[in-house]
Amino acid sequence: MSTEPSAERGPWSLALRRFLRNRLAVAALGVFLAIIVFVLAAPLWADHVAHTGPNEEHTVEQITVGGEKKDVVTVEGKPIGPQWFGAGGKFFLGADSRLGRDEMVRLMYGGRTSLLIGISAALLATILAIVLGLLAGYFRGWVDSIIARTLDTIWSLPVFLIGLSFGIALAVGGLDLGFVEVSGGSLWIPILIISIFTVPYIARPIRGEVLAFSEKEFVEAAIAQGASPGRVMFTEILPNLASTVIVFFTLMIANSMLFEAGLSFLGAGVQPPNSSWGTMITTGVELLRIQPLLAILPGTMIMLTVLALNIVGDALRDALDPRGKARMDAALQFEAQSGATRPVGEASFS
Amino acid sequence: MTRFIVRRLVGMITVLFAVSAIVFVVFMVLPKQNPAQTLAGKNATPVLVKNIEEEWGFDESLPQQYLTMMKKVFTGELIQYSPRLPVLDLIVEKIPATFSLTIGAALIWLFFGLLLGYLSAIRAGGWLDRILTGVSIAGISIPVFLLAPVLIYVFANKLEVLPNGQYVPFEEDPVEWLKHLILPWITLAVLSIGFYSRVLRSNMLDVMNEDYVRTARAKGLNERQVMTRHVLRNSLIPVITLFGLDFGATIAGTAIITEAIFDIDGVGNYAANAVAKFELPPIMGVALYGAFFVVLLNTIVDVVYAYLDPRVRLGESAS
Repeated sequence: MSTEPSAERGPWSLALRRFLRNRLAVAALGVFLAIIVFVLAAPLWADHVAHTGPNEEHTVEQITVGGEKKDVVTVEGKPIGPQWFGAGGKFFLGADSRLGRDEMVRLMYGGRTSLLIGISAALLATILAIVLGLLAGYFRGWVDSIIARTLDTIWSLPVFLIGLSFGIALAVGGLDLGFVEVSGGSLWIPILIISIFTVPYIARPIRGEVLAFSEKEFVEAAIAQGASPGRVMFTEILPNLASTVIVFFTLMIANSMLFEAGLSFLGAGVQPPNSSWGTMITTGVELLRIQPLLAILPGTMIMLTVLALNIVGDALRDALDPRGKARMDAALQFEAQSGATRPVGEASFS
Repeated sequence: MTRFIVRRLVGMITVLFAVSAIVFVVFMVLPKQNPAQTLAGKNATPVLVKNIEEEWGFDESLPQQYLTMMKKVFTGELIQYSPRLPVLDLIVEKIPATFSLTIGAALIWLFFGLLLGYLSAIRAGGWLDRILTGVSIAGISIPVFLLAPVLIYVFANKLEVLPNGQYVPFEEDPVEWLKHLILPWITLAVLSIGFYSRVLRSNMLDVMNEDYVRTARAKGLNERQVMTRHVLRNSLIPVITLFGLDFGATIAGTAIITEAIFDIDGVGNYAANAVAKFELPPIMGVALYGAFFVVLLNTIVDVVYAYLDPRVRLGESAS
């Protein structure tokens, strides 16, 4: 513990120091950043090392490893195993299936899709949740009733099952919202589905916080000075929600990625030719007997990313709000849930 | 209590209506493709599409279409078109496999989750607690789509001690039934074992600080009696609720993925295969019937919880 007077340090720098003291969390953040670099480097690896794209097929090609010619896909349909740098970086992790696509390149591009969907869905859900939470918590009355009821209803739905039917119906038929049309293969479809069904996880705690803050003196003072509702909500109350929002956003990325992996694994998420870690597991499971890495690699990437995000999220919560731990714990019970978004606890007796 | 049940039933009907409305909008209104074409499947003939259009009344108003859909669902007339079979019959046929998987897994996770949680709590802070905490966190962190392939590869492909999936009905061969279900059970249970042991541990640590526990000790009960009769019993109430909700969520979530990976011929795999073939009526059926089942289960859990813990129903009527 530092003996310096903390008066000179703002709450953010104090939080940062508390976070940095948590070595596990710093390591987890490192892992997450490494994964980001890994997926961002996809085009570099594809162009300069593997010399192929994620969806390029090499069904009947041969590569030269140590002067020896090898089939990328054997006559029996067995894809080549990891070659590391044996072929100058081509097929570093082998080929993905009888289509002979480069597994390493697909793993990098698939990670882009998974992270893109996870981050976008979490961002969209967070923004929606902030707006709904502020409206419900500030105006109360019938506005609050409608919003709270809607959130409760979504919360008690079997979201994965409904999300699955959403995903497949829209993947087949495309989406027509009147003002905008989205084609069946678009990444927007899984992003929209995941964000809509995960809004209650963030909106409910935010609503609770807004309810508490709107009783505080600084809000009364602002209203007394003649501030408009919009001003009170967005410039007075919103900054106070920052720590909750940051923590939940981090955890929501992990949750959304698991949701996406589940949908894509079953074929109701990312549609071919796009790939994500979820769809790669589907391909890999079929070849489990001959090339187990094809299923285990993308699965491990999902686990590492989700685990890293959950550890970081947990540490952020401790660092940003050391006294509020118990309060947030109740709302955070869904964290580290895998396979599908499972509303756990609190769901029906709050 | 009656008031509580009535409130819960009203809530349940709202949610059921929401589910059916969402499914209706998603399948019939949002897609830009003709819904008859979507329902008929990828390789449908124009005649079939025309028939479906008439059968479902797609030229009528939306509320009328919604009623037609609900009528089909409730009378079991919802059919898949290739081959032409009633969805409800197929689902009913596959329920034993799904229940074998989920109920078996639930019993395993409840037993081991509570056992590990109890051991962790009575040795809180000790080395056993630390090991069990590590094991639980590892269990919580492994997604099913990683655990299942690893288990299949190790136990079915390498060691060849267990089959790599599929389902053998119990009445056909109980031993094979058991052998085929061990890996899927572990897959489904590991996550919840970790989670339940954490929940029970923290509940027990909370309860240990209660006054009545001190009283129990003061009146001379031995440590085991205090732990089992006073601490454990009171820590179990929230776990029971959690269990009911999780069981429903598992059927509608991870069980689908597990059935698909292990090729277990259950309801989830039926839906997964339909997804792969872009066939919509089975998915509509599984989503609606599945959601109805889960929502009903959750309501029952709520009522049981309120019965066990009067604070819940009193709190409800006071607010």
